[in-house]
Amino acid sequence: MSPNVTSPNGTSLNGTWAEAWIRECAGVIAEHRAELNTLDRAIGDGDHGENMDRGFQAVVLKLDALPSGSTPGEVLKLVATTLISTVGGASGPLFGTAFLKAAIAVSGADTLHAAATVALLTAARDGIVLRGKAQVGDKTMIDAWTPAVDAAIDSQHAGESVVTLLERAADAAATGALATEPLVAHKGRASYLGERAIGHRDPGAESTTLLLRAAAETAARA
Amino acid sequence: MKKLINDPKNVVNEAVAGFEAAHSDLVRVSHDPIFIVRADAPVAGKVGIVSGGGSGHEPMHGGFVGAGMLDAAVPGAVFTSPTPDPILAATQAVDGGAGVLHIVKNYTGDVLNFETAADLALAEGIEVAAVIINDDVAVKDSLYTAGRRGVAGTVLVEKIAGAAAERGDDLASVARVADKVNSLVRSMGVALTPCVVPHAGEPSFTLADDEIEIGIGIHGEPGRERIKLEPADAIVDRLLGPILTDLPFVSGDRVLLFVNGMGGTPQVELYIVFRRAAEVLAEHGIDIARTLVGNFTTSLEMQGMSISILKLDDELITLWDAPVATAALRWGR
Repeated sequence: MSPNVTSPNGTSLNGTWAEAWIRECAGVIAEHRAELNTLDRAIGDGDHGENMDRGFQAVVLKLDALPSGSTPGEVLKLVATTLISTVGGASGPLFGTAFLKAAIAVSGADTLHAAATVALLTAARDGIVLRGKAQVGDKTMIDAWTPAVDAAIDSQHAGESVVTLLERAADAAATGALATEPLVAHKGRASYLGERAIGHRDPGAESTTLLLRAAAETAARA
Repeated sequence: MKKLINDPKNVVNEAVAGFEAAHSDLVRVSHDPIFIVRADAPVAGKVGIVSGGGSGHEPMHGGFVGAGMLDAAVPGAVFTSPTPDPILAATQAVDGGAGVLHIVKNYTGDVLNFETAADLALAEGIEVAAVIINDDVAVKDSLYTAGRRGVAGTVLVEKIAGAAAERGDDLASVARVADKVNSLVRSMGVALTPCVVPHAGEPSFTLADDEIEIGIGIHGEPGRERIKLEPADAIVDRLLGPILTDLPFVSGDRVLLFVNGMGGTPQVELYIVFRRAAEVLAEHGIDIARTLVGNFTTSLEMQGMSISILKLDDELITLWDAPVATAALRWGR
């Protein structure tokens, strides 16, 4: 894809971006593995970084074998099936379903403009809600996903570029993840802790932020 | 932290390989995907029973694979649910044409992965029923939590449902018996020390030398409250109170009393616990008709124990007494 500096609104994202995004995800998850484990140890069972890292390393191996010229949807479907079969815990089915629904939402498209990118993010979030049944405020990854989707929709309505749209989504996810700290958890293992979960950030909201930040950064380079 | 391991990455693989070598008379093992099935699986015409979950709770679940109990166990990484693929493969491997029951402890990850596997099995034409175990009274069961956890009561469900399947009950009947046991068993545990997940290398929580955690889960999840260490009898009383009032268990009930070690507590202490628990039940006029004492649902090297009480009737006593031939439970043949 050739960068289009003069007309950012026209920027779109193709399969090469999708692959770059996922490779970046694998990199940042590996980089933050210990940090995610530490967050999870405080209110869960301490293996979120471990499990996500195992999953994304497996994804990278599969990407190496993916034919060039694959669409974003094909890349995301591969990510989905690999995460479901390698991550385990709650994160495997949740992130796996997110990528699967995202893949379905953009299937057939060679490039993604703002509307398709919003559809991708919305489908991912809806997939997680469908499986995990969490709402905003339950101290889960949804507390990062839903603000991200809302910010992406606002950005699309404002006519901003897809790069800006993803940056706003990542910023909103980061704010949402931070906002899980004062919450009591209503889903997952952290819910067993009651008020003792207060003061700790949800690890799934944090990893969601890392994945969306990776999307924005690779889009800016695309 | 000292551990008898080679590489944290190989803990589950190497343990399962050792289990296979030690118990080849009872089980067969698939290494990729990883699951354990009874040696004669699938048993034609019998309901298959599959359980599983994170490793680190041994002998649960692999130690319960064999005639009269589980047809398959699916071990995940330590304290991490297995993924749907091996659950599906195990389900296929034990399907004798009468359907398969999934016994799932109530943790978000276990439930999501088993649900996904059940969907896939259904697509393959295998009838699957599931029972979710949630016997831990330490957790408030409400809309605002993930619900009560499945802990040591799971062992009793697996034994009794296994006996129902072995005598030829159909899938709906085996699922009914499993649900019945789950509805009549209550458990609560205590930790004296935390445990160390091999790949984490550090304790999942910290307890001062003189502190204990009441209401602990089986993954080192913190429990209900943290208190100063007390004599064994006082700790037993703290666990029995919520257990007895929850069902409730009342005078005249016949029960199975199960004292379960968390892995790092010696048998001598478990029997001190059993002694006090038996005293308290006698004071309440509750008849201890069956017993189980030992390390069955562990949490790696955690020091601590849990008490489970199951209300019995003639059907459950018959099924409990039925023959079982597994690595960890064996009687009656």
